[in-house]
Amino acid sequence: MLKINKAKWAELFAALSAQGTLYLPAEVDGKVDFTVWQDGTEVNLQATQTAKSIKNVFFPQIENLLDFKTDGLKLSVEQRMLPEEDTIAFGVRGCDVCSFEVLDKVFLKEPVDAFYKARREHCTIVSLACSAPDETCFCDTFAIDATNPGGDVTTWLVGDDLFWQANTDKGKELTEKIQALLAEGDEAGVNAQQKATKEIMAKLPLADFKIDPKIPAEQEKVFNSAIWKQLSDSCLSCCACTYVCPTCHCYDVRDFEIDNKVERFRCWDSCMCKDFTKMAAVNPRVSRLERFRQRYMHKLVYFPENNEGTFACVGCGRCLQKCPVSLNIVKVAKALGVAKDV
Amino acid sequence: MCNCGSKDVLTPQIGVVTEIRTETSDVKTFRIEKPEGGKVFDFMPGQCAMLSAPGMGEAIFSITSSPTTKDYMEFSIKRCGEITEYLHAIEVGQQIAIRGPYGKSFPVTTEALKHKDLIFIAGGIGLAPLHSVIDYMLANRDDYGSIDVVYGARSKEDFVDYKELSEVWPKEKNTKVHLTIDKAQEGWTGNVGFVPQFLKDLKFTPDKTVLLCGPPIMIKLCLAALIEMGFAKTQVYTTLEFRMKCGVGKCGRCNVGNKYVCKDGPVFRCDEIDELPDEY
Repeated sequence: MLKINKAKWAELFAALSAQGTLYLPAEVDGKVDFTVWQDGTEVNLQATQTAKSIKNVFFPQIENLLDFKTDGLKLSVEQRMLPEEDTIAFGVRGCDVCSFEVLDKVFLKEPVDAFYKARREHCTIVSLACSAPDETCFCDTFAIDATNPGGDVTTWLVGDDLFWQANTDKGKELTEKIQALLAEGDEAGVNAQQKATKEIMAKLPLADFKIDPKIPAEQEKVFNSAIWKQLSDSCLSCCACTYVCPTCHCYDVRDFEIDNKVERFRCWDSCMCKDFTKMAAVNPRVSRLERFRQRYMHKLVYFPENNEGTFACVGCGRCLQKCPVSLNIVKVAKALGVAKDV
Repeated sequence: MCNCGSKDVLTPQIGVVTEIRTETSDVKTFRIEKPEGGKVFDFMPGQCAMLSAPGMGEAIFSITSSPTTKDYMEFSIKRCGEITEYLHAIEVGQQIAIRGPYGKSFPVTTEALKHKDLIFIAGGIGLAPLHSVIDYMLANRDDYGSIDVVYGARSKEDFVDYKELSEVWPKEKNTKVHLTIDKAQEGWTGNVGFVPQFLKDLKFTPDKTVLLCGPPIMIKLCLAALIEMGFAKTQVYTTLEFRMKCGVGKCGRCNVGNKYVCKDGPVFRCDEIDELPDEY
């Protein structure tokens, strides 16, 4: 195992930044979020959770896909260049690392999304183990090990030392590039931290939270349960949960006219939005209840059915922190555990 | 370095509109070819394509022509929203962006339909996807049993492809066309009434396989009539309609249960639809 002392982090970030655009958690407008590192960035490796996930590195909130040009009756389409920029996602927690695997099941499944694939391939993920999990954390529900979060490189922050371990060829390649900054480290500190973190996790409020494995089998009853009305009544349809969620991936494709040409862009969307399924004549999900139900049924039932049991949730807890009316996937899943009987 | 060779799944191709036929007051049929001639892509009956109205976006349409037509594709499109409004305003020679094919076709190459006696039931613009299947079967006539087309429209003027319905299909071997309109009108000697009742009046024996397409309410009522007549849901195929953006099962818009209408449909057997949550 290798390590680097806090005194040398500025050099580390500069060296990593020379290898590709470096995204890391930092103080941004009074909150901690992933941002592109530059000289003077207030890096924050202590905060357990960034406000938003880092999915936008692969799946940007808005991206242009192509341009149309018209000339009389003639039309031409020019697809935007696929991204070729090398990136490093640094300080990614275990839950977010696993969220990429969920997104891969959507975007890398045939037919492959070329923009997502290009970004994914050009990114090296440097994860950061958790040592102070939040009360809203429940990654353990999905068998995610926050103390050994994986990615191309795993790091552990113990005292003033950042311990560093390359996991993949990509990770080893990056490690070689910054080798001069790294010193040999002793695993004892990391092992002790992992043990201590697991003890904290066992005492978290959601430590015993498990999703009832019977829900998919009883989905018809669950779907028709009266509990949805009770749950969705307080939802404001603000879609904050969708935007902060690392696994939500619904998108819209729209056109924008500018300077006599048309740009076609893709942007994040939410199945909780009123017009999401609206067609010229009808809207199959006209009520908030239906849209609310769709989001949770998709995450807890439909997605696992199509993906060998993988839930479209990684237990990051952001929806617990951000929902203005305290709705969240834990509350819904707990209700559904009994919903089949209601 | 240019990497424009790596085409994304959402990037359309260019086609040109080479013919536009006005079918009814609100339906036109558009013929689309590659600018250099020939079909933009191959497909099977029941599959769909995304057509673009640059500046407004895309919408998904079923392909009306048969795959056996080598040189072009046709789309019968009803004017009912922004994109269809744009399409109804374009002229012959207009180039258009198109991508596909999307979705599962009717199972025309399998034993599910081959050598079966078939009833096609359509309402209004619902004939569009069935038209592709009918022409495909007529081009491979010996592979299929009897064909009955039951088609209902608001009035005589609202039948799409009336010439083909009245003059071409009825002359094909072992093929009958049964037309009905909602309300009596002058000069109409055929049946008057809605399709579900017309089906019962036609007294079809429940040994046939049914392909059913039309407005959701018509589908529901026809299915009920068929069941009353002794048909099983496993004998009836239909199509679902949902809003779509990507067409490839990613954008989330057409997700119903664990299915995506764009890639797992739009063609479903009615017993498969029963397994989906009731929100289509």
